[in-house]
Amino acid sequence: MGRLFDFMLPENMSPLTADYTDGLFHFINEASTIVLVGITIALIYFAIRYRRKSSDDKTPVITHNNKLEITWSVIPLFITLIIFSWGYKGWLNLKAVPDDAYEIHVTGFKWNWAVSYENGAQTLNEIHVPQGTPVKLVMKSRDVLHSFFVPDYRVKQDVLPNRYTYVWFQAEEVGESQVFCTEYCGTSHSNMLAKVIVHEPDDFKNWLEMNGGAGGSGDPVEAGKELVNLNGCQACHSVDGTPGIGPSFKGIWGKEESLADGSTVTVDENYVRESILNPGAKIVAGHDNVMTPYEGILSDEDITNIIEYLKTIE
Amino acid sequence: MEAVKTSEKTTLQVKRFKPSENPTTNFFTEERGLKAWLTTVDHKKIGLMYLGAVAFFFALAGFLAIALRTELWTPAKTFIEADTYNKLFTLHGAMMVFFVLVPSIPAALGNFILPMQLGAKDVAFPRLNLASFYIYLIGAVFTFIALFMGGFDTGWTFYTPYSSDGDSATVIWVTLGVFILGFSSILTSTNFMTTIHKLRAPGITWDKLPLNIWALYATSIIQILATPVLAITILLLSLENIMDIGIFDPAKGGDPVLYQHFFWFYSHPAVYIMIVPGFGIISEVITTFSKKTIFGYWAIALSSLAIAFIGFLVWGHHMFTSGQSPVATTIFSFLTFLVGIPTGIKIFNWVATLYKGSIDMKTPMLYVFIFLFLFSIGGFTGIMLGALSVNIHLHDTYYVVAHFHYVMMGGTLMALLAGLHYWWPKMTGKMYNETLGKVAATLIFIGFNMTFLPQFVMGAQGMPRRYYNYIDQFTPFHQTSTVGSYVLGVAFLIILYYLVKSLMSDEKAPANPWESRGLEWQSTSPPDLHNFDHTPVVINKPYDYHRPMEEFQLGLAVEHNGHGEAHDVDVKETEQENS
Repeated sequence: MGRLFDFMLPENMSPLTADYTDGLFHFINEASTIVLVGITIALIYFAIRYRRKSSDDKTPVITHNNKLEITWSVIPLFITLIIFSWGYKGWLNLKAVPDDAYEIHVTGFKWNWAVSYENGAQTLNEIHVPQGTPVKLVMKSRDVLHSFFVPDYRVKQDVLPNRYTYVWFQAEEVGESQVFCTEYCGTSHSNMLAKVIVHEPDDFKNWLEMNGGAGGSGDPVEAGKELVNLNGCQACHSVDGTPGIGPSFKGIWGKEESLADGSTVTVDENYVRESILNPGAKIVAGHDNVMTPYEGILSDEDITNIIEYLKTIE
Repeated sequence: MEAVKTSEKTTLQVKRFKPSENPTTNFFTEERGLKAWLTTVDHKKIGLMYLGAVAFFFALAGFLAIALRTELWTPAKTFIEADTYNKLFTLHGAMMVFFVLVPSIPAALGNFILPMQLGAKDVAFPRLNLASFYIYLIGAVFTFIALFMGGFDTGWTFYTPYSSDGDSATVIWVTLGVFILGFSSILTSTNFMTTIHKLRAPGITWDKLPLNIWALYATSIIQILATPVLAITILLLSLENIMDIGIFDPAKGGDPVLYQHFFWFYSHPAVYIMIVPGFGIISEVITTFSKKTIFGYWAIALSSLAIAFIGFLVWGHHMFTSGQSPVATTIFSFLTFLVGIPTGIKIFNWVATLYKGSIDMKTPMLYVFIFLFLFSIGGFTGIMLGALSVNIHLHDTYYVVAHFHYVMMGGTLMALLAGLHYWWPKMTGKMYNETLGKVAATLIFIGFNMTFLPQFVMGAQGMPRRYYNYIDQFTPFHQTSTVGSYVLGVAFLIILYYLVKSLMSDEKAPANPWESRGLEWQSTSPPDLHNFDHTPVVINKPYDYHRPMEEFQLGLAVEHNGHGEAHDVDVKETEQENS
């Protein structure tokens, strides 16, 4: 412990994925510091020792020195090859998911992370995982590129709309770790945050059972509210009237909205349905066309439930 | 005197001459007025017009940087909205890369200096040279059209499918601007390569070529080979946006990772387009102010070419987390380390040049020292980012932001400032204030490190780039960085002040204030419209600092002007001297 550059790295919460990276990070930093100090001392020493005394100073003709050239080509080559192999080994480790890893599905979309578990439990922007167990996240995007990054675990992976990607880690301590989106994705890119929440294995089981089968209460208003939360609608549409990227849901039902093209529309069932499935069709004045279409993501029943919920927000 | 033709070489009889210290005319006085400037085919005037344009865009993009840093003073909103912030960082990046860094050294300083270092009257195609400048301006106009249409917020990388989503009209305008700009680069490079091959003065054999020319030569190769790929990429992007053909957008059946391959196939070599010309300036300045022969001439010259070629094979190191094939990732990481070696060789050779020199710490030399320190840090952190497992952690964080600012600003821009101060008396005939020059250089060094060192730390701790809001723990790093950027701002204002002031002053700079042995310094300051009174015959090597200044006169062919002969000439002097 106690390496020179320890202050630069966040706490290591997943040694199985982070140890290789941290070791190499320290090695490169320390080796670089030695060479940089050497270069700097040489620069300062030469500048003082050989400062110009008069304009008639005579300098020797030293055109080249093959031994030196070979030395400072081969030694760095050697060191960089070590770094390459070390980095390669650590990277293979990041790619090789343990066979017994626990799988969780993660979907990135503007600007939230939707998470679903084996028993149908769903969470938004919270990834609940068991402690001391390898966890594999299978990820995809619903719209543009995103990137899933947990500094505490030293893992990062772009999330793409046209293929699945994955990361794995094994959190050793109960607690929370920050998740960032690191691929620029528009207005609220910097708010696309989440937490990994690590439970003791038994607690995780309990949590999973309690949350299984979300939205099963049977009450359309409650189900609609759940859907609005799980799909991250509130990232852009507030429920308390605060202006946001999209129009607030507060008092929206039956409202007359002016559209960007100058016409007006009344917020009714058909308008809400159209705005969910094809958001670009009728844009309310003062807002941009940035919403992801939910065609194929929300069922007709889901939309009906959301409409029932919207009616209640006054 | 007779030119004796041997089987391989021509021997040219020459006598020496020295350009006048007090010329009655120079290129400023010979063609006057706005029209003469706008229609000029003189490489010096075109170079200065480029310099003015680059300075304008630098000021604009630099101002944006200050605005961005000010917004980041607090974790939430400080004074602008998220959408505005996203547009500003996009514009800052796009302008700095395409309008400042790419053309700065080759098109501005290179245009002025390259023909003079070759002893030529002008570049090979003077009209094409003027056309390049106007194409550059047209490209800029397209970008401003996009700005007035509401701006664009895609980041300078224009990653799909974000860039093809929603309001893509502005993206089409700005990418077309970049497309047009590319032709300016291609034409300038074609011009430079032709000039280097065909217009070298008699006596300049390949081993007498200044290292600045080697660097510009390597740059030109990269520009000619890489820029068309950017053009193709942009064309495909526009086709997709306008005609709905699925190329990069998965919603239309395309692949976003393909876009990244295309984009970085240009944009990684573009990094070398930006930095290699800087290497040329460092070699010129470090020899002049240490009054010493360059150490490892061929090592430096050939490492530029090595960088130019290997630089084409490493683009995938921008994509380690993108989902590209694991085999490709491994190979790209390996090649990335290889491209670091020639860069290291250069640094070591420059430091070795200082050994037993006669070092005069004037402003240009101060910038060279700053360059060597900052660029070394840029190089080491590049090694860090090339290492696969570490890259996964650091990719798209502020660590990367700090790294490329150390390379681009600590490298290219410091070299540009070294060159600007070094050639200022040559270009303008005026001398800047040395004390203010050193004050500004010191402030830049302090401000730069204050701005970007904290970014390494917060990046390694996880702070992602392109973030408008951030979590509280990063506040102290962001605030230090913001203060540093203000120091940088002040330093650049000081530079602007003393350079403008020197232009206004009546005091004339000497023709060769640094006693440089470079060919461009053997002309008058500012140079005559045609650079030299006669076609010079080059007798000495460019870095023969061990020989007294008096020997550094130009040769003049006695019988004929030396043209029509091969460049492989043996120079033989006549006894009579003319000084």
